[in-house]
Amino acid sequence: MDYAAILSILEGAIRLATPLLFACLAGLFSERAGVFDIGLEGKMLAAAFASATLAAVSGSAWVGLAAGVGASLVLAAVHGVASITFRGNQLIAGVAINFLAAGLTVLVAQDVFALGGRTPALTGAARFQSIALPFAETAATIPVVGPFYARVISGHALLVYVAALAVPATWWILFRTRFGLRLRAVGENPAAVDTAGVSVTGLRFAAVMICGFLCGLAGVYLATALGAGFVKDMSGGRGFIALAALIFAKWRPWPAMGATMLFGFLQAVATRYPRLDLGVVVVPSQFIDALPYILTVVILAGFVGKAIPPRAGGIPYVKER
Amino acid sequence: MEAGRATSGPGGRPDTAAPAIELRGISKAFGPVQANRAISVRVARGTIHGIVGENGAGKSTLMSILYGFYRADEGEILINGARVAIPDSEAAIRAGIGMVFQHFKLVENFTVLENIILGAEEGRLLAPSLARAREELARLARDYELQVEPDAVIEELSVGHQQRVEILKALYRKADILILDEPTGVLTPAEADHLFRILANLRAEGKTIVLITHKLREIMAATDSVSVMRRGEMVATLRTADTSPEELAELMVGRKVLLEVEKAPATPGRPVLEIDDLRVTDRKGVERLKGISLAVRAGEILGIAGVAGNGQSELLEVLGGYARGRGRVRMNGAEIDLSGRHADGQTRRAAGIAHVPEDRQRLGLIMDFAAWENIAFGYHHDSLYQRGALLMDNRRIREDARGKLGRFDVRPPDPWLAAKRFSGGNQQKLVLAREIERSPDLLLVGQPTRGVDIGAIEFIHRRLIALRDAGKAILLVSVELDEILSLADRIAVMFDGRIMGERLPEATDERELGLMMAGVVPGAEREAG
Repeated sequence: MDYAAILSILEGAIRLATPLLFACLAGLFSERAGVFDIGLEGKMLAAAFASATLAAVSGSAWVGLAAGVGASLVLAAVHGVASITFRGNQLIAGVAINFLAAGLTVLVAQDVFALGGRTPALTGAARFQSIALPFAETAATIPVVGPFYARVISGHALLVYVAALAVPATWWILFRTRFGLRLRAVGENPAAVDTAGVSVTGLRFAAVMICGFLCGLAGVYLATALGAGFVKDMSGGRGFIALAALIFAKWRPWPAMGATMLFGFLQAVATRYPRLDLGVVVVPSQFIDALPYILTVVILAGFVGKAIPPRAGGIPYVKER
Repeated sequence: MEAGRATSGPGGRPDTAAPAIELRGISKAFGPVQANRAISVRVARGTIHGIVGENGAGKSTLMSILYGFYRADEGEILINGARVAIPDSEAAIRAGIGMVFQHFKLVENFTVLENIILGAEEGRLLAPSLARAREELARLARDYELQVEPDAVIEELSVGHQQRVEILKALYRKADILILDEPTGVLTPAEADHLFRILANLRAEGKTIVLITHKLREIMAATDSVSVMRRGEMVATLRTADTSPEELAELMVGRKVLLEVEKAPATPGRPVLEIDDLRVTDRKGVERLKGISLAVRAGEILGIAGVAGNGQSELLEVLGGYARGRGRVRMNGAEIDLSGRHADGQTRRAAGIAHVPEDRQRLGLIMDFAAWENIAFGYHHDSLYQRGALLMDNRRIREDARGKLGRFDVRPPDPWLAAKRFSGGNQQKLVLAREIERSPDLLLVGQPTRGVDIGAIEFIHRRLIALRDAGKAILLVSVELDEILSLADRIAVMFDGRIMGERLPEATDERELGLMMAGVVPGAEREAG
């Protein structure tokens, strides 16, 4: 394997990790506030569809972005009303959102475009194009570091850099601001927040809406940057992989970046080497494709050490009698 | 309101200003249950005011209304003479009210400082708030003996220190009125003494303190005035100096109660239970029992005193047959299996051991099941309850249950009622009826009167004494020293998984036992004979 191939895999890893990272940070906000969200997948899918549709109609990726984020926020609000206002079961609300998004996107796409559940392919300004970072061209001539900068770091869509910046931003909000302190507290012991005179409902809604916003970016990226349009089930379980990464990262922002990069790397390997020839045996492509999912199962089965979720996670807050 | 003897200006202090707290006609219902009924009370500034009453008398509800945790259906609240609306805790904090709940409202994996500033931060960033809180904490520690490490994580602190954090939280929010709900339930006697010193310091600074407790001794020792609640009503407000524990108990229950347990001296016989070097290691690999050796003889009550969490629960669990241990335990001379492979609750019962667990709602009863079903649990293999090889004789069980409910004064005596519909005291009587009526050779009983009304406590204590007098052995675990001192014929004190020593109740006192509970053996050479 030469250096160019390694760079190509790393570049792919970053591209593929980006939607996972957005979704993982989305889940981080929600779960740190004590609201479990397995509806990340559904929100991503809805956002991908809405952004692809509006970008196709308007010809602007930015209009698509607004539409995608909007769709995800609507579903987040539904999750909030079901699990915070009405104190419903958070897992069931999430499952319902996933089903709703999976069915509705294809149905509406077929009804509007009659392309078999797809949206028209996006071209030009309807997609987020790759951006060359400053000095990428000149730096490319510097040995080793140069090509890495030019080919791996530079040349991604804007949303990739947004995702990368979202990691320190999340860390700073969570651990350096009043809002972050309260958010973490409400996921650990909502009664402490309530008796301190702060609204539990308000905090949890804020967290769920931030989750919706980030999920929206994940979906928008899928349809308008990584892909070029919406296809049926295009989120492909990324919402669930993001949840696994979140557990792997133990609900912390920087490890979340590491965990999603690992998954992105595996997906990039699978894309580049459909059949991995190890000399002795040839690993079938199905196995390589399944690797991220196998890793997900391994992580969820708890083979990576003890992960302690926020203590009030999944439990609707009811004042005790 | 039918007040016994209403007073104003309690504690002998001049009542120049308006009372710090005045409640007028507060009522609150939860569905059909009237938790508070037209409550009126005045608390003078700069005093410690006690509120006593049985479980379910409405004390905690009343204070939760004052703190904005619940909203009153009717009535008004005046703070320093001005009427205030307290729709939520934020409003209560603004009115200068702070509350220390019985179950602390702390974020366990946050530091002390983070817990203190939560909800009272200045500005959007944390750093300035944390710095200011650190200074303020140092000042409060100096002024009120409230030392606590600001950077310690809550879950690593002792319960007594966690409570200090709760008090500090209230003071940091500039509370002038501090409400404490059952503050000493989880403290060692020494920690409780320290708490009362802190409260006295606060009173000296002009703060007003409301102390909710069911321990009459604390009321007598610490308060200036006291209100008694019964069944949602305020039945009396008295000057503490003018009343007595007997009078308060009578007001609480509505009839005369015996605070002292009457019992004849024990006549211990042969050893029934012999424990030799019992050790228990929990799932995390922490040794919870570090070599316990004890013996309980027929016709005696051995009381195990200690602060909760020092291995008493593990001792009961391993003897009751649902935890593993190492060492030797003999019951009536025959060794019982501790490995968990050949033994469970069933074989323990067959060996003559009955168990009234500490947590009756989790281990003693199935809360959603009817009383008659709960009466049969654990003994459901009894041939008395069987019909043929496969079926249970439910009618027989119900008949049996009706008799047991009647004999143990369980109210209402309805075998069809689900366990969760009974009050705490009646749930406990249900469990006791099931276990005691089997006439076991050994009764293990944990916290028999936790969450139980005074009236029921009296009944339960008499039943335990009667079982002892019938020549049975009883191992009593309780965190209530008063209970241990009045019931036990011999007292063993547990600390950190070890027995600190044995004492005879007539030859010791609360001070000595309290020191032993904290891990100190005063005059180590003095041992009970």
